[in-house]
Amino acid sequence: MVEHAEIRMVHRGGSKINFREPVITNDSRFLLCAAGESVNVYSTSTEEYVHDLQGHTGLVTGVVLNPSNHLQVYSCSADGTVRLWDFTDAILIKTFIIGYPIYSIYVSEKHGGVVFLVVPMANYKSSELFQLVAVHLPHSGDQEVEARELSAVLCDVSPHAGAASFGREGEYIAAVRGLQLEVFFFKKQKSYRFSLKSGKKKGAKNAFTCISCHPKEDCIATGHEDGKIRMWRNFNQKKEYTYSTLHWHHGAVNTLCFTPEGTNLLSGGIESVLVHWHYTQENQKDFLPRLGAAITHIAVSPDGSLFSTSHSDNKITIIQSCVKVSAVIQGLVKGDGVWTNLIIDPRSKALVLNGKPGHLQFYSLHRDKQLYNLDIVQQEYIHEEGLDQFEVVKAAFDARGDWLATVEERRKKGAELEINLKLWAYDELTQSFVLNTTVTAPHEDQITAMFFSPSPETTMLVTTSLDGHFKAWLLADHSDANEGFWACDFVGGYHLLKPGCCSFSADGSLLSVGFQEVVTVWSPASWELLTTLSQPPGAIRDLCFGRLSCSKYLLGASTKNQLCCWNLLTCSLEWSTPMDVSLLQTDPLSENMAAFCSQSGSSDLFVFKPSEPRPLYSQKALCTGKVQHAVFAPRDQMLESCEERTQWLNRSQLYFFTQHMDLLTFSTKTEEDRLLASSKQLMVDDSVAVTPFYLLLGKHRGQQLEKQEALTNPMAERTQLPQGSIAIKELLHTPAHVLPSASFLCAMFVRSLLISSSSAREEKEHEEGEMEREEEDSEGEADPRLGESAAWGPPEEFGAPALTKAQERELRKVKTFDHSWLSSLLDC
Amino acid sequence: MASFKSTKIPIYPKLGEKVTPDTLYWKNYKAPVQIKEFGAVTSIDFSSLAPHNYAVTASTRIHIYGPFSTEPVKTFTRFKDTAYSGKFRSDGQLLVAGCEDSMVRLFDVSGKVALRVFKGHTKGVHVTDFTSDCYHILTGSDDYTCRLWDIPNSTELTSYKEHTDYIRCGITSKLNRDIFITGSYDHTLRVFDARVEKSVMTMDHSQPVESVLLYPSEGLLVSAGGRYVKVWDLLKGGQPLVSLKNHHKTVTCLSLSSNGQRLLSASLDRHVKIYNTTNYKVVHNFDYAASILSLALAPDDESIVVGMTNGVLSIKHRKSPEEKREMAGKQRMQPVYRIFVKGRNYVPKKDDFLVSKPVKSHLAKYDKQLKKFNISKALDTQLRQISCTILIPEITVAVMKELDRRGTLKNALAGRDEQNLSQLLNFLIGNVVDPRFTPVLVTATEMILDIYQAVVGQSSVVDRQLVRLQELVEREVDYQQDLLEVLGMLDTLFAASLPRKEVPCPGSSR
Repeated sequence: MVEHAEIRMVHRGGSKINFREPVITNDSRFLLCAAGESVNVYSTSTEEYVHDLQGHTGLVTGVVLNPSNHLQVYSCSADGTVRLWDFTDAILIKTFIIGYPIYSIYVSEKHGGVVFLVVPMANYKSSELFQLVAVHLPHSGDQEVEARELSAVLCDVSPHAGAASFGREGEYIAAVRGLQLEVFFFKKQKSYRFSLKSGKKKGAKNAFTCISCHPKEDCIATGHEDGKIRMWRNFNQKKEYTYSTLHWHHGAVNTLCFTPEGTNLLSGGIESVLVHWHYTQENQKDFLPRLGAAITHIAVSPDGSLFSTSHSDNKITIIQSCVKVSAVIQGLVKGDGVWTNLIIDPRSKALVLNGKPGHLQFYSLHRDKQLYNLDIVQQEYIHEEGLDQFEVVKAAFDARGDWLATVEERRKKGAELEINLKLWAYDELTQSFVLNTTVTAPHEDQITAMFFSPSPETTMLVTTSLDGHFKAWLLADHSDANEGFWACDFVGGYHLLKPGCCSFSADGSLLSVGFQEVVTVWSPASWELLTTLSQPPGAIRDLCFGRLSCSKYLLGASTKNQLCCWNLLTCSLEWSTPMDVSLLQTDPLSENMAAFCSQSGSSDLFVFKPSEPRPLYSQKALCTGKVQHAVFAPRDQMLESCEERTQWLNRSQLYFFTQHMDLLTFSTKTEEDRLLASSKQLMVDDSVAVTPFYLLLGKHRGQQLEKQEALTNPMAERTQLPQGSIAIKELLHTPAHVLPSASFLCAMFVRSLLISSSSAREEKEHEEGEMEREEEDSEGEADPRLGESAAWGPPEEFGAPALTKAQERELRKVKTFDHSWLSSLLDC
Repeated sequence: MASFKSTKIPIYPKLGEKVTPDTLYWKNYKAPVQIKEFGAVTSIDFSSLAPHNYAVTASTRIHIYGPFSTEPVKTFTRFKDTAYSGKFRSDGQLLVAGCEDSMVRLFDVSGKVALRVFKGHTKGVHVTDFTSDCYHILTGSDDYTCRLWDIPNSTELTSYKEHTDYIRCGITSKLNRDIFITGSYDHTLRVFDARVEKSVMTMDHSQPVESVLLYPSEGLLVSAGGRYVKVWDLLKGGQPLVSLKNHHKTVTCLSLSSNGQRLLSASLDRHVKIYNTTNYKVVHNFDYAASILSLALAPDDESIVVGMTNGVLSIKHRKSPEEKREMAGKQRMQPVYRIFVKGRNYVPKKDDFLVSKPVKSHLAKYDKQLKKFNISKALDTQLRQISCTILIPEITVAVMKELDRRGTLKNALAGRDEQNLSQLLNFLIGNVVDPRFTPVLVTATEMILDIYQAVVGQSSVVDRQLVRLQELVEREVDYQQDLLEVLGMLDTLFAASLPRKEVPCPGSSR
């Protein structure tokens, strides 16, 4: 392990931003949300990522604004710390060490210096019991403070966010768990419990899911699994409490939120409709439908002007007072599964995989941002549990990225499978894929593999299916129609065995199809069965042709722990090794292959060349569970590493998904150093949010400055404008509202462009002779001489001898003014 | 907030023939005018004179019709027995006809009584024609002879007795007054020259010859007999060029289109086929109600006249260009196109400030209901549009599929009264066996049966429909079984006919 220290596994993007409720800052400019082990700061107006607050070593489980200072934020994490940040500059102010993993955090204005945390019960560490504790944060100058003074407030609470809420001005806290609502009054130090009947008779599901307290009145709204919202009142006694019921949701109510003034209640659930209840007229409601995916959290900015909804597809939508969606922050969508495997789009080099239901997402790995979603199924998505939906199960790009093939599938209970094969052509005009051909029921059973031929002459697609056939699809040339369409060209099979995988050789001249134990090799030009290879026992799970110098090899991984390599020239087995290969992946830019093996619950990685017996790189116990999806992504710039162990990462990078859907990659030390350097460079001049506009303007400014310099340089060869650039920077970077009036600035600005008098005078003295010195000096005291233009030329050459002394003095006076700034301004 | 995605209506590939210039040309005829004659119509001949009347020979009469009349303008009835082969002379003044009583009669078109009667044949005369110089008549008879007659003297010029069976067709050359061709039931075609004693050319058709036709250039000869249409090259000494077998019963009549580009053949199988004369492919096909005996095309293909064994004369007239324009004009009246493009084609000027209005997408009626989750109403609105349901069942099926996808098809089908249910069943009966819709409609049918099981027997209308549905499904199952059997047979035959190929063994290098 020590010798591999320079290669490290790192998380690369794709963290969950919908894990906890986001926070909108007081000025509504930023949105903060927990994202993995850091807190991300986004701009609400441009939806751009600004920076992140890094420091936690565990999953961040909650973010709240500091009630006593609205420029600070508390975050809690599973690593047992609460940290206080200045989010505008991303500075860690303080770390409070609690010592227990924290699951949520709540604060209230009334309880200054106290945070309420949900931690596991001390005595049952392993069990699933949680308690709400109040922690007094000690005042101390230190960076790291131990805060061990925990006082229990409520026992047996739910660890989910949104299961507790502070009531009117922090007088009470209400929490729900299961079928029980508990309200704790701080003044009386007393708690009341209200429970609902389980009501199993009518199939009603009464369990509480979420809670929100009215900020001005004594009213608690609770959401339930059966889609009802109950409004509790008069709950400061055990007996005579009342509640009213609101019902619109047909699924569980996931989240509830009152607006800061308490006039409206927002609720959301699986229907992906934001429901806007009017507090005073409870039967009146507004809707914002089709937000894309189930709503998991709702947050409201402190001034009530912005709402944000987090969705189950790793998305945060920012909504302007329930009227319209103003921004969408979209992370890497991690749906129920990645059926399409990981693919790299040859055009945009984006990672392509299942996104929202029925969509493919294009995710830029370098920018950690979703580029766009391609709607494959093109049907209205019905947000309801238990429905059989169409899912994109296969996708493939051709070598140039002109064609995309997708397979969608819908399995009904007890009915036949619905399969559609769709072929999409890349449209240069719209920069997107346009549907070209839809083939309904291309096969009678599930499609197991789909690949395009890599040869540049023919665009051919091969699909293999469990119905025992593989089909080749070709673009039919249609002379009179404007565009061609795809049609089936060949149907092949082998003894009615079920094909499980297929692979094209690098030049597209050979196609190998794995029929259970038998590997068949076909010639796509003539559709002749060239040869069959078999190495029982075990069905073939993965097939790969070697590339470049190893193109004579064909590798197959079988289910019975066998990795075989055949030599296609001799049609014989070259080598085989006992390995439980779960995934075999080839690097498109080199001969290298990566094999993920699962062994005793964890995965190992081997990177090797088929022609060499020794692996290039191996890593044991990569992660727990099987690695099912991996891909080699080509790098933007090639690395120049000569080290043997890291050479395989020079051209492309290996990305893979763990069982828990974490996107991981391998990085080398040199690469990390470079990244660090570039990020530091960014930090220097990025004090404000980097918006596209700023980048544009900044670049433009920079160019102008350069131009100016280029213009002024020949005029004043030795003198630079050091003060000028600072003044401009100041002008650009100071917020407009703290700047003095423009007229004042103009003078400063113009002066800054002039050359300093001291240096200019030296020049003058040097250039002009001794004889004029007395006059010069006498004038110099009276006039604000600041510089001289070199372009003006010596006056002696064209100054007429007939001029009087006074005239000459006059001329010299004019001449001594610097006019370069004027010319430079005109040039601009 | 994404907009509502409308239901996708799948586009099914259009079955049937492709639209070619030929189909457009030959479809451009009005609905046929039908006239009942006294017997089977054996011959039709168009006059080359301006109004282009045509003579129709049926039973013992010859009727002459004007181009647009349904009543005969003239009738010749002076036949003692069945008349055959009423033919106009090229100047349109005289008409000749054979008869079963072996006499050949020559009429003036304006007169009534025969100008000349040619006696000499001993049996019925089926073939008559004028030579190109207009002074002679060719006849062919069941007494195996063909003769030439002189009109002014009404005398027999020559007689050829070379055929060994009935002569049933013959044609004279339009370029040479001495040359004519006859076809006979002895399977031969003979070319005669009046200047020579014997036939100059003999071709074997190998079927009883029913009809012959010369190309306008007279280099090619077409003969029809049995199920075959054969083309002969006369310039190469009667070499067979092509043999066409597109009919499944005897071909009875041949004709050429006015430009000579298309050949028409009529047959007892009730079809008229139109061939391209360059590649002899069938380009179009007409269907008629009965077996066809005679066929003729008016000059410029203005009308197609077909005579059938049941005595019906069917006349199809070409649509005139005015009518076409009228139709187009009507269509233009209906949608007010101007309203749709109002202001759309305005090109903004350079300094104009553009305010773009979001384009409002119009949803179909069923989509509006689907958007509101009104599932029953969505299905109802679609089923109520009867014309739409019958003409484009795809939409209704797509709505059903969408409901099925939403898991609410059962709810949408339930709770219907008798009228609604019978409407639904009607739709199912019409479309459930269509292979394009079967997967969806079978589920719907099963659901309906499940839901309305309890109320079977309460309504006679619904019960009758259910029985019909049952019969339909049973029949379809039988068909499928038969088809599978045929498929099995075919597979066996194919497997037997294929040469056995060596299966490459693993390891053997090839």
